[in-house]
Amino acid sequence: MTHRRAGAMRVRDWFVLAVFLVYAIPFFWQLLTSLKPEAELMVLPPVLPTRLTGEHYRAVLEQSVMLRALGNSFGVGAITTVLALGLGLFGAYGLARYPVPGKGMLLLLIVGGTAFPQIATVSPLYLLMRALDLRDTWLALILANTSFALPLVIWLLMGFLQEIPAQLEEAAAVDGASRPRAFRWIVLPLLAPGLASAALLTFLFSWNEFLFAYTFTATEASRTVPVALALFPGVFEVPWGDIAAASMLASVPPLVLVIGLQRYLVRGLLSGALRD
Amino acid sequence: MTAGGGAGSAGRAERRARARGLLLLAPALLTLATLTLYPTIWVGWLSLQRRMPIFGVSRFEGLGNYAFLATDPRFWKAAQVTVLFTLASVALELAGGVLAAVALRGLRTGSRIALSLLLLAWALPSVVTAKLFEWLFHPAAGLINFALGGVALNWLGDPRLALPGLILADVWRTLPFVAVLCYARLLAIPAEVYEAAQLDGAGAVATLTRITLPLLRRILFIALLFRTLDALRSFDLMFVLTGGGPAGTTETLTVYAYRSLFQAVQLGLGSAVGVVVFALVMLVAWAYLRALRSQGLTA
Repeated sequence: MTHRRAGAMRVRDWFVLAVFLVYAIPFFWQLLTSLKPEAELMVLPPVLPTRLTGEHYRAVLEQSVMLRALGNSFGVGAITTVLALGLGLFGAYGLARYPVPGKGMLLLLIVGGTAFPQIATVSPLYLLMRALDLRDTWLALILANTSFALPLVIWLLMGFLQEIPAQLEEAAAVDGASRPRAFRWIVLPLLAPGLASAALLTFLFSWNEFLFAYTFTATEASRTVPVALALFPGVFEVPWGDIAAASMLASVPPLVLVIGLQRYLVRGLLSGALRD
Repeated sequence: MTAGGGAGSAGRAERRARARGLLLLAPALLTLATLTLYPTIWVGWLSLQRRMPIFGVSRFEGLGNYAFLATDPRFWKAAQVTVLFTLASVALELAGGVLAAVALRGLRTGSRIALSLLLLAWALPSVVTAKLFEWLFHPAAGLINFALGGVALNWLGDPRLALPGLILADVWRTLPFVAVLCYARLLAIPAEVYEAAQLDGAGAVATLTRITLPLLRRILFIALLFRTLDALRSFDLMFVLTGGGPAGTTETLTVYAYRSLFQAVQLGLGSAVGVVVFALVMLVAWAYLRALRSQGLTA
């Protein structure tokens, strides 16, 4: 009896897994398209190609556009992450541990900041970037991305900081450790998972960001991957195979991060969502 | 030491703590003030002007842009598309997200693989999602028409099909977010609760409506807020997938704002539409906070 039930459970598990696999088909279809020979792209059926080819990847990587874009996205993403985490860590620590005046108002502003629609600030930011002569530079994107990543980072890190008892630092102070030392040797190690979550989300958002990048860039010098993909050149026909290959290249970093660091992602999303 | 002296030094310590807290916060606040608060005020000011840089026009107009929008059929159409898109996407995402979470919770093996397959859709840049679906919707060589038995529907070119197609792409992309939130909540429910329900002879539907959904109430409420705010301000997917077309059937307020700002180069008018989106988002957030308080869901 129990044996048969376990068997039925296994069948159900396989069925559920198959459904999840079907859910991911749009991605795998694009992966298959990126490996299909040019001549077989526009013919369906057959679903499966006669052979696999790397010609689309070669075509994409031989143009400088996508390679430059990948470099730009990595650079902008990494610097944005470092900047937002640096500013956010001290801000969150100040808010969580010190009696800052107007704390309620500041918290409301920070929570509100995570909900800000980018379309509302894109025109003044564009004028600001133009006035500062920052159009088509990494710095413009780093500043713009930091503006929407920072509230989220502060909010996330505050949540993690509140889980670390302040008594730990007070005990360290009694033992003669200075506040910065207690911060470095007690708070920071305990905060590592929170920092990982915040860094992961910031890099992802920066990598995926489109509106600011599309508006503030003009040439290859600063175009990020989503912009290069949206503007993918086609002369007479849409180069579906090349677009598919470029899409795959654009997806590798976020997929590696999300699937590799699943644990931190889910924790980050939850602590962002579960607090009041 | 006198009592008065003790209070004085306590007051000084308090003042010092405040100053330190502010010092730690200052760089973050300064950044936010320059890059978020200042542009928000600026966009309000821009929306009161008539600015067309290519013609060298720049003058104060008061509420002229808003008066124009009030009678602008394109604006009202965009508002309608935005609301329709938001309602349909969010409803489907919540329903699908709960089902996916329940399915994940029931898995004995392979839940990590299933979760990875789900998160895959969420992790992709929205521009990639747009390109994925543009290809899936291709009239001649698209997988969707093939799966429907070789029909020749022109999904993104047909005014009746473009919005449903756009909604499908958005649901695919964001359902995993709802599913992951619900799944994490379900993991926190002891297995005994479900075993007890099973012993009492509760069927799958009764278990879902009597046990799972009430336990998910709070997280669903939060997911509802997050998703509504995101749907109202989303831009990338429609801009790249349909560009607002055909015949404006997928032009949301954000796409209308963008077009006015950077294609028609009417900075004042575009800013006014941006302010409307901003007001909508804040209104929803405010309504949510009120509902949260009155329902006592803050636990």
